[in-house]
Amino acid sequence: ANMKLILIFSALIGASLCLETFVGHQVLRIKTKNEEEVKQLQLLESLEHLELDFWINPSAPALPVDVRIPAVSVQSVKAFLESQGIEYSILIEDLQDVLDKEKQDMAESAQRQRSGSFDFGAYHTLDDINSELDHLASEYSFVEKIQIGESYEKRPLYVLKFSTGGFNRRPAIWLDAGIHSREWVTQASALWIANKIASDYGTDASITSLLDKMDLFLLPVANPDGFVYTHTSNRMWRKTRSKIPGSICVGVDPNRNWDAGFGGPGASNKPCSDSYHGPSANSEVEVKSVVDFIKNRGNFKAFLTLHSYSQLLMYPYGYKCTRPDDYAELESLGRAAASSIRSLYGTTFQVGTICKTIYQASGGSIDWSYDNGIKYSFAFELRDTGRYGFLLPANQIIPAAKETWLGLKKIMEHVRD
Amino acid sequence: ELPPNHFPAGRAAAVAVGYLRYLRGGPGRGLELSALRRARRQDIDGVGHKYCLELELEDVLDKGRTVNCTAEVLYHLGSSSTAPDVQLTVQGELRSTEEADQEFYNRIRSLEKELVAENIPDSHGNIPPELEPIHLLAWAASGYVIWQNSTENTKFHLAQVQQVKQVNRSDEDLQFDYVLLLHEMVSQEVIPWELTLLWHPWRGARVCRD
Repeated sequence: ANMKLILIFSALIGASLCLETFVGHQVLRIKTKNEEEVKQLQLLESLEHLELDFWINPSAPALPVDVRIPAVSVQSVKAFLESQGIEYSILIEDLQDVLDKEKQDMAESAQRQRSGSFDFGAYHTLDDINSELDHLASEYSFVEKIQIGESYEKRPLYVLKFSTGGFNRRPAIWLDAGIHSREWVTQASALWIANKIASDYGTDASITSLLDKMDLFLLPVANPDGFVYTHTSNRMWRKTRSKIPGSICVGVDPNRNWDAGFGGPGASNKPCSDSYHGPSANSEVEVKSVVDFIKNRGNFKAFLTLHSYSQLLMYPYGYKCTRPDDYAELESLGRAAASSIRSLYGTTFQVGTICKTIYQASGGSIDWSYDNGIKYSFAFELRDTGRYGFLLPANQIIPAAKETWLGLKKIMEHVRD
Repeated sequence: ELPPNHFPAGRAAAVAVGYLRYLRGGPGRGLELSALRRARRQDIDGVGHKYCLELELEDVLDKGRTVNCTAEVLYHLGSSSTAPDVQLTVQGELRSTEEADQEFYNRIRSLEKELVAENIPDSHGNIPPELEPIHLLAWAASGYVIWQNSTENTKFHLAQVQQVKQVNRSDEDLQFDYVLLLHEMVSQEVIPWELTLLWHPWRGARVCRD
């Protein structure tokens, strides 16, 4: 009885220790010269106690024979082949080594997937944002990173171009974020939106038909100098970082610098002011680069810009309090977009012209775009309404991006159709 | 009658809510505007502009429940030196904060070293949980500043608590010396503002120097 128990016990242990390893196993490639040699190998194949594992079985002289040999049989099989004058070469010296390396590669790749993956729910530095732009451009064939100019401090102004074809003259949509550098939820949302559009092309019917008909140009960091300054020196910085002749103060409000009612009410002529319009329209290279790009390429149908905070969806005009010619359509489209935004989390956006909704402000970007023939010009002010203001907690980035995207999509679909 | 989504009504509402925040806010209660239902403006000759508002409010610590409020905001003629007059009536009850207030009071009183903190929230919008009541108190204090300094051409929000220093006192009040950063929406300026706040669970918040 004891003997039986020991036998069963060892069998159980043996079974539980069934970690098959391939240490010392070799894989040989055998080159047969004639039928006789093929028959010899078939004989070898029949010797089951050798536990040979043929990856390519012996069948015809012209075809190689690949066989995995357990460690314990390697020497005797080789001796046999040599004694028969059968040629062979070693494909794999030690199979376990290969398996170990493969396992390591897979683990590293999974690691890269997890940690190398961009966290859209966090705030990032300019360098990290630019890396992610590179990543998106390399991962998707229809996404290209282009440089449209340089900031005052010589940082590149990078735009992501989404284009599935069409000889560069398809109708296009412009979307920018971060023109006011302290509005961090906007640059962060722009990145989520870029990834959303890229990854949903081909699976989401609406995005697919949109990009099949139109090009999209996305500038996620319209004011990189200001953005870096908010990281290094002053989180509340709004303007560009250009030196102003005759003043100790720095920077121009880039959204008072466009050529639309420039210098009028709602912008300051004092360099130290946070709404200083600058010495002249387009004096800021960050603004001029966008103007030149849009004018040179032409055929833009929509100009959309992201700001924070206040939860507003606005259309022209800001520099004057009269209604634009397309008032009815823009108001209606704005309300539809606000409705889409609200459908996700209940976040309410107020809709109206800039002048009536927030204040009279001259030199703004969507006034310029509208007066230059781009009918669908909208400015968004994202979350929140003042509890955190510019310092929106990072855990609200993705919800803000998601709801904003629904509003943008509604507008883009209307433009497409 | 004013469109609620136009800025004149919004600015008056911000004054009313600021005033209410000062009166009823505390370490356990943060009141914000959830919706502006209705606004009317009356120009009173020789006196100023009076706004009559119907507001819906929310306690950020009791979201999902709204409380209605009617308010009157009178901006005095031609002066930026007199604070607007605010009268308001809250319909219904605000959630009780007795327990939270007492807990906070006891915690601060039992601190070995006077509390000092900076940048609330931080750049990424984070507020450590133990500093949340300090932020809410700052929000209440900012309500006073907003009420006292608003005109029809301004709209203030608390942008950040740049610094807070707790100061021990011989009487029963807690004292916090704040440097607040206020964001003024129309000029877009971010303005530092120093003030001293006293607070007690029964006596509420009082700004005693600013």
